[in-house]
Amino acid sequence: MEAMLQPVADLFGAAWPAVWTLLKIVAIIAPLMICVAYLTLAERKVIGYMQVRIGPNRVGPMGLLQPIADGMKLLFKEIIIPSGANKGLFIIGPIMAIAPSLAAWAVVPFDDGLVLADVNAGLLFLLAITSMEVYGVIIAGWASNSKYPFLGSMRAAAQMVSYEVAMGFALICVLLISSSLNLTDIVMSQNEGRFADMGLGVLSWNWIPLFPMFVVYVISGIAETNRAPFDVVEGEAEVVAGHMVEYSGMTFALFFLAEYANMILVSILTSILFLGGWLSPVGFLPDGFHWLAVKTAFILLLFLWARATFPRFRYDHIMRLGWKVFIPVTLAWLLVVTVWMMSPLSIWS
Amino acid sequence: MEFKTFVFYFLAVIMVIAALRVITARNPVHAALFLVLTFFNAGGIWLLLQAEFLAVTLVMVYVGAVMVLFLFVVMMLDINLDRLREGFWSYLPVGALVGVLMLAEMAMVLGGSYFGLEAMPAPAEAAEGYSNTRELGRVLYTDYVYPFELASLVLLVAMIAAVTLTLRKRKGLKYIQPSEQVAVKREGRVELVKMQAEKED
Repeated sequence: MEAMLQPVADLFGAAWPAVWTLLKIVAIIAPLMICVAYLTLAERKVIGYMQVRIGPNRVGPMGLLQPIADGMKLLFKEIIIPSGANKGLFIIGPIMAIAPSLAAWAVVPFDDGLVLADVNAGLLFLLAITSMEVYGVIIAGWASNSKYPFLGSMRAAAQMVSYEVAMGFALICVLLISSSLNLTDIVMSQNEGRFADMGLGVLSWNWIPLFPMFVVYVISGIAETNRAPFDVVEGEAEVVAGHMVEYSGMTFALFFLAEYANMILVSILTSILFLGGWLSPVGFLPDGFHWLAVKTAFILLLFLWARATFPRFRYDHIMRLGWKVFIPVTLAWLLVVTVWMMSPLSIWS
Repeated sequence: MEFKTFVFYFLAVIMVIAALRVITARNPVHAALFLVLTFFNAGGIWLLLQAEFLAVTLVMVYVGAVMVLFLFVVMMLDINLDRLREGFWSYLPVGALVGVLMLAEMAMVLGGSYFGLEAMPAPAEAAEGYSNTRELGRVLYTDYVYPFELASLVLLVAMIAAVTLTLRKRKGLKYIQPSEQVAVKREGRVELVKMQAEKED
């Protein structure tokens, strides 16, 4: 690979590292955008089947061209900026929504060594970047200068800050038992232990000893991405569409892209942190990216399943779940894990 | 110019401009957002100094949580700029004193050669595989564990105090405990009564 690229590298000279990194970024973002497009189709299809409907089936064979048609429609729509809006911030809002959800992918490993930036503090970087996701919603809601968007953004601010705490505690448990902040190391540390030696890797992944954290992380992930049943931020019945009311065309599409990119991010992180990333569940099958894809797809299915199944939570119940249920549970399990690690029964040595 | 120097100046220029806009912006929401930008760039500069834990904590705590709640409040305030300016002259002496003190401190750092700063050795270049997070954790939980625990206790007291100060028990709320709601049984709500059919003659 290196030798093959050498002539191209010579062509660019000193700028080659920057060009090479840009190419890698494109290689991550372009498939991600395609995944986002087809996740919207998958969502409509899956929910359709769950509700005994067919779902979109008009555009292309089995509706497969539907996301492209939707994208084209949004691309050609006019962007309307309300006269009372704060113009600069109105445009910055959607940009702030999508930027962190793409930036977070820099440290996500897809396979052993297949990562854009193999940094030691990868988990910390993720925590910092994902904590900035809320700004897009807040700025959009305020800049729209309208009641419903503002209410939506206030809800978003309170909800996302609350669930970040529980998510952070869940991550602390993971980094405690793998004693590393590097995501590749976290995956590799799940490949050790008695069951992994017996060829039953699936039993040595983090999801068994950290099962409560796994559940808390997935549910908080749904809340963080403002998906049903925690989608009071855009709750159509109460605040029309929340922060997105005044947005049209591509500005609206950016919020949409950010939401789905975040869903995929949370799913892939759950797979990496709790489900062994690219590791194979059984010893006789080889590890590889396909396992990560399968696990991520499964968590994404959980997201869609939850949306098709549960009615929307009432807002005070969301707050209660975050503060009075999840945080005590995570704190208690943190204590259990630390005591477990220091006891002779420790399975992580 | 070295790439690192370029990154430093890039971050520093944005940071200084943003910090200036925090105090000059007329709209408080804009000022708060410029403060977010300042924090973010400060985090970037700390990253350059290989203090990745501090940098990430700054972004996570101040950008991700404190400023969000700040904006939450500022956005809902109806701020009248004329009323805000009323106390300008009475606060000026205090403000000026604080300003002069900060200026003096900055001058002492920048003009370090006059204050014997050169006698201090430059920090050693970090070794390969040096982790700021690990190092900070080791120091905090071994050498300074008691001061650290004491500080956390003080913070806990402050947190509880803040909650109790603002806690108001309102009467006549129709709030229902979700655990009670879930525990409701059919027998508690519905009673089936057997009775004769009533006939009209």
